[in-house]
Amino acid sequence: MPGPLLQIAHLRIAFDTRRGNLVAVDDVSFDVHRGEVFGIVGESGAGKSLTGQAVIGLLEPPGRITAGRIRLEGRRIDNLPYARMRRLRGKQIGMIFQDPLTSLNPLYTIGRQLTETILTHRNMSHAQAREHAVRILSDVGIPAAEKRMEHYPHQFSGGMRQRVVIALALCVNPKLVIADEPTTALDVSIQAQIIALLKQLCEKHATAVVLITHDMGVIAEICDRVAVMYAGRIVELGTVRQVVKHARHPYASGLMGAIPSLRHRQERLNQIEGSMPRLAEIPAGCAFHPRCPEAFAKCRRRRPHLIEIQGAQVACWLYGEKA
Amino acid sequence: MTAFIIRRLLQSVFVMLVVALVAFLMFNYVGDPVNQMVGIDTSFAQREHLRQELGLNDPTLVQFARFVGHAVRGDFGLSYQHKRPVADLFKERLPATLELSLVAALFSLLVGIPMGVYTGLKPDGWLSRIFMAFSLVGVSLPTFLIGILLIFVFSVILGWLPSYGRGTVVAIGGWTTGLLTVSGLKALLMPAVTLGLFQLTLIMRLVRSEMLEVLRTDYIKFARARGLTDRAINFGHALKNTLVPVMTITGLQIGSIIAFAIITETVFQWPGMGLMFLQAIQNVDIPIMSAYLILVAFFFVVINLIVDILYYVVDPRLRVDTAKANGHA
Ligand SMILES: Nc1ncnc2c1ncn2[C@@H]1O[C@H](COP(=O)(O)OP(=O)(O)O)[C@@H](O)[C@H]1O
Ligand SMILES: [Mg+2]
Repeated sequence: MPGPLLQIAHLRIAFDTRRGNLVAVDDVSFDVHRGEVFGIVGESGAGKSLTGQAVIGLLEPPGRITAGRIRLEGRRIDNLPYARMRRLRGKQIGMIFQDPLTSLNPLYTIGRQLTETILTHRNMSHAQAREHAVRILSDVGIPAAEKRMEHYPHQFSGGMRQRVVIALALCVNPKLVIADEPTTALDVSIQAQIIALLKQLCEKHATAVVLITHDMGVIAEICDRVAVMYAGRIVELGTVRQVVKHARHPYASGLMGAIPSLRHRQERLNQIEGSMPRLAEIPAGCAFHPRCPEAFAKCRRRRPHLIEIQGAQVACWLYGEKA
Repeated sequence: MTAFIIRRLLQSVFVMLVVALVAFLMFNYVGDPVNQMVGIDTSFAQREHLRQELGLNDPTLVQFARFVGHAVRGDFGLSYQHKRPVADLFKERLPATLELSLVAALFSLLVGIPMGVYTGLKPDGWLSRIFMAFSLVGVSLPTFLIGILLIFVFSVILGWLPSYGRGTVVAIGGWTTGLLTVSGLKALLMPAVTLGLFQLTLIMRLVRSEMLEVLRTDYIKFARARGLTDRAINFGHALKNTLVPVMTITGLQIGSIIAFAIITETVFQWPGMGLMFLQAIQNVDIPIMSAYLILVAFFFVVINLIVDILYYVVDPRLRVDTAKANGHA
């Protein structure tokens, strides 16, 4: 079946707070194709996690989708009833969280957590589920998987736990996995391994990945296409080649300047000065203009929209009529 | 596991020794035991003879050792008021207090935990609001007032339940139980509710806040993201994680239920140890007082020991941590 696996169109996520309605994600649109690794990158607070949570239907109140559509294989999933969305989670869309140390229930063996997840979605006997679980554990590179089934999370190292988390997210073979900063909490030496594992597994099962990170290095490592987010909006979207090598938006190239390489991490050289505005204080015009080295008059007055340039999309007045 | 239990047992023995020391000091130095036993017309020589016979002239340490030796065998001497062995008096009253405390504890757990889970899962529901308001009443009203209110409504106005005593009890071996007769059960109802109400509200609030806390954790979010059913998440994953703190508090609470029984037993003239203890205080019946002190401390220690062992069963992390700690020690 052709057509993108995941389609997000004009997504808006807002919080009803006492100080009014705060829009945290606005007009976000992108497609993810089958088997593709799609990156979302941006500084902390850009709205990346909220976008991921919206896809899997786990936005926490008071946050909610106030506009837009999310489609999986052409069917809308943003307005599904709770029970149907629940059955989609894990089975069609998996999720990997940032911190492997806190993602696993400390009181149950990982074997139990795996078989429970498998049995929730698959119609098989307990013995079959166990067998399946052992196979998945060895797939994610856990030695002596059979024996490790009986172990509790605290008996695993951080890197090993993230492997278990990946096993849990992929155990019923979802079509899409959302990985929200999957390596941020890990030791630098382990990050590359986990990223490689994720890439290898998803390639093998043709699983698409939405990889959320603030680290351009990770993006460059495994993504096919990438969206750069700033203050709740996508400011640049394109293939990794286009965005990483030839970033057009000053924010995207700023992030590139701040790139710490996965292999030889150095001091961040060109950190972008200043910080992202709080939700209630997003400036008029282009949200990035107060920090932008190339801002000019129009940037302060009017908000740029995404325009297409050679297959990539950029929201910046440097690439439109300047007046 | 065994090393852990042995260490805990040693700690318990130490605690009991400290309590015994307090009881011993009370026994020997609050009032003069000889004066309590003899009449006014007893001569000084006779008193001195008795003193010698009771070993009250021995070094304090020897006396304490003897006191502990007797206590271990359940010998706390004669009650001044009743002129009978304190051990016998306690044996008669222990079943009443233990039955009352046990039923009160069960009541508080079996009602408090479900209420706590419900209010934790639906913090904004109207039923939750009612539960919370109710718990505020339970926490703030003093026990004796609740008892008196209950007596007023169910005994005085409605005439449904007896206002005092244990009703008809049945003796099984050396144990008397009110759980097997209708009149015994009716008599137990109000005292048990009175005694358990405070604990119930405490447990409910504790379970609620633990539940709210656990539901915010990453592993619950991850369980949701894997599509587990609400049932599996709430009761399989969340509730079990609230158990450790709930067990701690519950253990302490059951100990204090036995201690709090003094008030409830007085209000309902319940023929248990607490009532006897209160009467003993009024009559400066030191042997009963010190025996009560030791017995209640003993219950506390035993319950704590059980809770510690339950931790082990529930939380796999402790099994490893203590093994490590033992390795270092
Ligand atoms: N419950 C909430 N109430 C108000 N604002 C929130 C809430 N949760 C998140 N936000 C805001 O939404 C914005 C985006 O958050 P998030 O998606 O987590 O960013 P990130 O890109 O770092 O993952 C942030 O500015 C954050 O402050
Ligand atoms: Mg985030």
